[in-house]
Amino acid sequence: MRNRWRKALSGTIVVLCIGAVLVALLPLALVLFYVVTQGITSLNLAFFTHGPVPVGETGGGMANAIVGSLMVTGMGAIVAIPIGVIAGTYAAEYRGTRIAVATRFAADTLNGVPSIVIGVFAFAIAVLPFHQFSAMAGSVALGIMMLPLVTRTTEELLLLVPQSLREGALALGATRARAVFTVVVPAALPGIITGVLLALARVAGETAPLLFTALNNQYFTADPRQPISTLTVQVFTYASSAYTDLHRQAWAGALVLVIIVFTCSLLARFATARLERMQRGS
Amino acid sequence: MPSSTRSDDTLFKVGTGAVALIVPAVVVGIAVMLWRDSRLSIHEFGWGFWTTATWDPVSGVFGARPFIWGTLYSSILALLVSTPIALGIAIYISELSPAWLQRPLVFITELLAAIPSIVYGLWGIFVLIPFIRSIELATPAAMKALPLFSGPPLGAGMLAAATVLAIMVIPFSSAVAREVLRAVPQAQREGAYALGATRWEAIRMALFYGRTGIVGAVMLGFGRALGETMAVTMVIGNTPQVSLSLYKPQYTMAAVLANEFAEAATPLHIDALVEIGLVLFAMTLVINAISRAFIWSLGRQTRTRVDPVPAVPAAEAA
Repeated sequence: MRNRWRKALSGTIVVLCIGAVLVALLPLALVLFYVVTQGITSLNLAFFTHGPVPVGETGGGMANAIVGSLMVTGMGAIVAIPIGVIAGTYAAEYRGTRIAVATRFAADTLNGVPSIVIGVFAFAIAVLPFHQFSAMAGSVALGIMMLPLVTRTTEELLLLVPQSLREGALALGATRARAVFTVVVPAALPGIITGVLLALARVAGETAPLLFTALNNQYFTADPRQPISTLTVQVFTYASSAYTDLHRQAWAGALVLVIIVFTCSLLARFATARLERMQRGS
Repeated sequence: MPSSTRSDDTLFKVGTGAVALIVPAVVVGIAVMLWRDSRLSIHEFGWGFWTTATWDPVSGVFGARPFIWGTLYSSILALLVSTPIALGIAIYISELSPAWLQRPLVFITELLAAIPSIVYGLWGIFVLIPFIRSIELATPAAMKALPLFSGPPLGAGMLAAATVLAIMVIPFSSAVAREVLRAVPQAQREGAYALGATRWEAIRMALFYGRTGIVGAVMLGFGRALGETMAVTMVIGNTPQVSLSLYKPQYTMAAVLANEFAEAATPLHIDALVEIGLVLFAMTLVINAISRAFIWSLGRQTRTRVDPVPAVPAAEAA
C-alpha cells in the first residue's frame, strides 16, 4: 500500500516536471508567434529606408531609429569592449591578486544592477553636466552594461585555453605579455568574440536606460551630442500611442529586435562550441 | 635580457591591472553619484520618504511607499509562480530528460531570457492585457468581493505584471537550479536508489542536498524581478496605490523612473527619483550578494564550481 503511494507520488512529480517544461515553452511560443505574425506583415522596405511620417499619416519607417541604435550601441561597444577584454585578461592571468578578485566581484555586481539604475547613473554623468540628452549619454549607459559581460566571458574563456600553451610560450623565453598577446589571446579569440556577441545581444534590446539618456528624436541625426531615436525606444513610444499604424510598426520593430538578438546569441554559441572542442583537444 | 623581460612583465601587469580597476571604479562611481544626486530628497524627506504614500510632483511632495510596495509585491508574486516551474524545468533537464534532449531544452529556455523586455511589454499590451481583461470580466461577483480580486476589469495591473515577470525570471532561476543539481554528487543519488528510493525520493534527496543553492537560485530571480523595467511599465497600469488586489493597476520603482525621469522638471523631483534609483541599486546589490553567498556555500561544500551569475543567453557556454 505504502509502496504504491510512493510510486504514484514519484510518477506525479515526473509528470509535473514535464508540465513545467511545457508551461515555460507556452509563453515563448506565444510571444514568438505574435511577434512573427504581427511583425512580418508590417515589415517592408520603407521600414528600413524611411523615417517616421507625421502622426496620422500612414507609412514611414524606423530608418532613423535603426541608425540611432547602431550609433548608440557602436559607440558604447568601442569603449566597453577593449576595457572589458583587457580587464578580463588581467583577471584570468593574475587570478589570485586582489585587483583580479575585485574586478571579478565588481563585474558580477554590475551584471546584477538593473539597467534602469545604470541609466540613472549615465544621466548623472553624461546628461546633467551638459544640460542635454544625447546619443553619447545613451552609449555611456549601454557601454557600462556591456562591460561586465565582456570582462567575465573573456576571463572564463581565457581560462579554457590549455595551460600547456602558456607554458610552451614561456618556455621559449617569451615574456608574459608576449605569451598572452601572441599565444593565449589568439587561441581564445572565439571566446572573446563570444563575450562581445553576448554583450551586443544583451544591450541591443535595452530600452530603459535610453529613455532619459538618448531620449528620442523624430529626425535623422548623426550628431552624438544630440538626442537620438533608437529602435527600442521607438517601439515603446509607438506601442503606447493610439494609432494602429504605429502599433503595426512597433510589431515590425519588435521582430527586427528579436532577429538581431537571436542572431547574436546563435553566433555566440557557435564561437564557444569551437573553443570547447579545442579544449577537449580534438 | 632578463632585466628587460622582467620590466616588460611588470609593465603588462600594471597596465592591464589599471584597466581592470575601471570595473570596480564604475560600481563605486554608481553608488557615489546616486548618493550625491539624491541629497535634496534625502535631506527634505528623510526616512519619511519610504513611508509616505503621496507622490505629487506639482506640489513637491514625494513619498515612495506605493512604488516599493508595487516592486516587492509584483516580484514576490512572480517568484511564487516561477519558482515551482523553474525547479520543475531544472529537475527535468538534469535528472529526467534523455541526454539528446538536454541541450535543446537548455537552449530553448535560454531564448526566454534573450527576448528583449520591450518585446514582452509589447506582447503584454496587445495580447496578455486583453486576455487578463476577459478573465477579470468573467470573475464572479462573489469572488470580486475578496480584496485579492477587487477593482475594475482593466486588464492592466498587478496580475499582468506578475505574469510577465514570472515568464522573464524563469530562465534565470532555472539555469542556477540546474547548476546546483549538477553540483550534487552522483553518489548521493546512487545511495538513495540503493536504499530503494523512488525517482522522486532520490530527486528530493538531491534537492535537499543542494538546498542552499536552490535558495540562491530563487533569490537571484528575485533580484532580476526587482529591477525589471520595460515589460512591467507597459502592463502594470502605472497608478501609485498600495493594494493587495491583483486586478488593480499599481506602480513599481523601476516603472516610475522609466516614466518620469525624462520629464522631471524640479531639482527635488529629480533627486526623489534618483533616491528611488539608489534604493533599487542597494536592494539588488544586497539580494545578489545573499544569493551568491548561498550558491557559493554549496560550491564549497561539494568542491564544484557553481557559476552564481550565468551569462545570459547561453548560460552553460562560459
